[in-house]
Amino acid sequence: LAKYIKNEEYPDLSKHNNHMAKVLTKELYGKLRDKQTPNGFTLDDVIQTGVDNPGHPFIMTVGCVAGDEESYEVFKDLLDPIISDRHNGYKATDKHKTDLNFENLKGGDDLDPAYVLSSRVRTGRSIKGFTLPPHSSRGERRGIEKLSVEALTSLDGEFKGKYYPLKSMTDAEQEQLINDHFLFDKPVSPLLTCAGMARDWPDGRGIWHNDSKTFLVWVNEEDHLRVISMQQGGNMREVFRRFCVGLQKIEEIFKKHNHGFMWNEHLGYILTCPSNLGTGLRGGVHVKLPKLSTHPKFDEILTRLRLQKRGTGGVDTASVGGVFDISNADRLGSSEVAQVQLVVDGVKLMVEMEKKLEKGEAIDSMIPAQK
Amino acid sequence: MLHYVILNLYLCSAEYPDLRKHNNCMASHLTPAIYAKLCDKATPNGYTLDQAIQTGVDNPGHPFIKTVGMVAGDEESYEVFADLLNPVIKERHNGYDPCTMKHPTDLDSSKIHSGNFDPNYVLSSRVRTGRSIRGLSLPPACTRAERREVERVVVEALAGLKDDLAGRYFSLTQMTDEEQQQLIDDHFLFDKPVSPLLTCAGMARDWPDARGIWHNNDKTFLIWINEEDHTRVISMEKGGNMKRVFERFCKGLKEVERLIQERGWEFMWSEKLGYILTCPSNLGTGLRAGVHVKLPRLSKDPRLNTILNNLRLQKRGTGGVDTAAVGGVFDISNLDRLGLSEVQLVQTVVDGVNYLIECEKRLEKGQDIKVPPPLKYFK
Repeated sequence: LAKYIKNEEYPDLSKHNNHMAKVLTKELYGKLRDKQTPNGFTLDDVIQTGVDNPGHPFIMTVGCVAGDEESYEVFKDLLDPIISDRHNGYKATDKHKTDLNFENLKGGDDLDPAYVLSSRVRTGRSIKGFTLPPHSSRGERRGIEKLSVEALTSLDGEFKGKYYPLKSMTDAEQEQLINDHFLFDKPVSPLLTCAGMARDWPDGRGIWHNDSKTFLVWVNEEDHLRVISMQQGGNMREVFRRFCVGLQKIEEIFKKHNHGFMWNEHLGYILTCPSNLGTGLRGGVHVKLPKLSTHPKFDEILTRLRLQKRGTGGVDTASVGGVFDISNADRLGSSEVAQVQLVVDGVKLMVEMEKKLEKGEAIDSMIPAQK
Repeated sequence: MLHYVILNLYLCSAEYPDLRKHNNCMASHLTPAIYAKLCDKATPNGYTLDQAIQTGVDNPGHPFIKTVGMVAGDEESYEVFADLLNPVIKERHNGYDPCTMKHPTDLDSSKIHSGNFDPNYVLSSRVRTGRSIRGLSLPPACTRAERREVERVVVEALAGLKDDLAGRYFSLTQMTDEEQQQLIDDHFLFDKPVSPLLTCAGMARDWPDARGIWHNNDKTFLIWINEEDHTRVISMEKGGNMKRVFERFCKGLKEVERLIQERGWEFMWSEKLGYILTCPSNLGTGLRAGVHVKLPRLSKDPRLNTILNNLRLQKRGTGGVDTAAVGGVFDISNLDRLGLSEVQLVQTVVDGVNYLIECEKRLEKGQDIKVPPPLKYFK
């Protein structure tokens, strides 16, 4: 029985519009269907989120996840073309450059605070030797939390801080974290829940931040770690410095325990969603651009600067009062320094354009070539 | 040997879920020792304990009802995880012990008496159950191919029904907008589950692939395919003729069973557990027989809940399990599923509803009513 019905496993993707659906032919499915990673993650596990979520009205979703580091090898025949589609033609033979030396960033400390309200850089990190959130067991998740807490609570100086486990924080602590906009909640997006990332919530999840509230780490949400550096105003250079220094300190401690970060020279930092490979970095600002944002060339300018816009509520929100979240569009194929440089240079240019438009002047001569 | 047991306990203890804030049947019975014993077992299909309990770990409790907190991924789950499922079944089904008891199946509708209610009070009558196809995994665990096979087997069988049972299948993936609207108007259409009790158990995967609705031309016999169970079978009609509803129910079920057996398939059933379904709460008969009944005076009587309890009945609003009654109209149905046969449970509903109507009539005349003595459960 099992054999004769096996041929009928191929999902119906006829109404789907995500990267997985575009790549996964019946033949490819048949080829990969019986494979699994050493941890038992299967093709069906990889694609479940994309099968259950045919498409997003505004964005082309990836439609698949990795369950462990090995997923990117075992299912490369599916994931390499998806990575290529998502990351500007990145080839299976390409190498990714990692550069977390903040001194290589030029400028970035003089974005006009009358326009740039806040600056932020985030990335993710996965701990080698554990499976990823779609697949991890309670024991693994707790192991990740334990290692992470050990590493984070050993930090000092500007990085001295405290860990708040989701399942035992007090009401007062919860209130404060909400007011600081730090608290993350159980995922409700079916993109995440269908991939199994909300299992056992809130077991093994928590938030760590430093005393000055400028460096924040989420444990066991969509990735093992999400690392965020932020502050009010336009000093992106300082935000990036803190980001790089903090990450390197944390990485040293994990390495000492023989659990460094997942990284390879082809894909850079390995994360759950293929869209976050490479640097996993989103560096951005909240910036007031009421005139520029209504200019007919606004979207084209962003594309040429390799930037993307979002509302200040995050990826699926609209802008309010002409204030936009502007960040780098790329993740894989360029370094952290290069991506933050694009944000710094691009935002500086757009603020100058905004000022010109305020004076009633044209900005056509300022429109950049494609970066 | 002892050090292996200790090591196993230690490794499993790292995985043991935190159930301190939980209130469901699974959490009440999953001790660390039982978890350690079962945590590395799997059914022949590869279904594990962690999968079976995931829904109960993710959903600590419901404010009004004590949920079961676990599901079966296949027929074998009830054997492989018996050390947990048996106490859960015992708690949920009034002390029924699968180790020592047998469940009676009786689909002879001719045994029902007094099953035609006063239509001034009973607005509609309905009987539902579920059936699983032996050899294919259940909704929490089934692959797309298995789910499609369930659909194929059942739809082929239903195509063989004749006369008052003859009908049509509407696949969720292929129905037209018109068909969809008609099914909504008839209150037949089921939608992708949103309850986390179901989604956390993996029952909504691949929606709407291989899901559909079949109903007869008279719209009195309806089957849902691949929702929470392989099949849910519903017989219903307006008015109070519960006996006829149950007759059609039994006739339809037996016909479908005969048609699938002709093709080499059968329903999941065992002497210990009766009909095997996804949720342990639906074992045995899987049967809920009920009416929508107008009881405006009785609804205000403080003795109502005791009366219902003693009659082994439960009340719901007419919108279903989590709704309130509107205008004194209740959904009244049997509480029990396992340990009593279909005939016994339907007769219990018939006797109980007749009693409730008598109470309502007495209250109308200004007479007092009596709380009936509690029905005995196991014979």
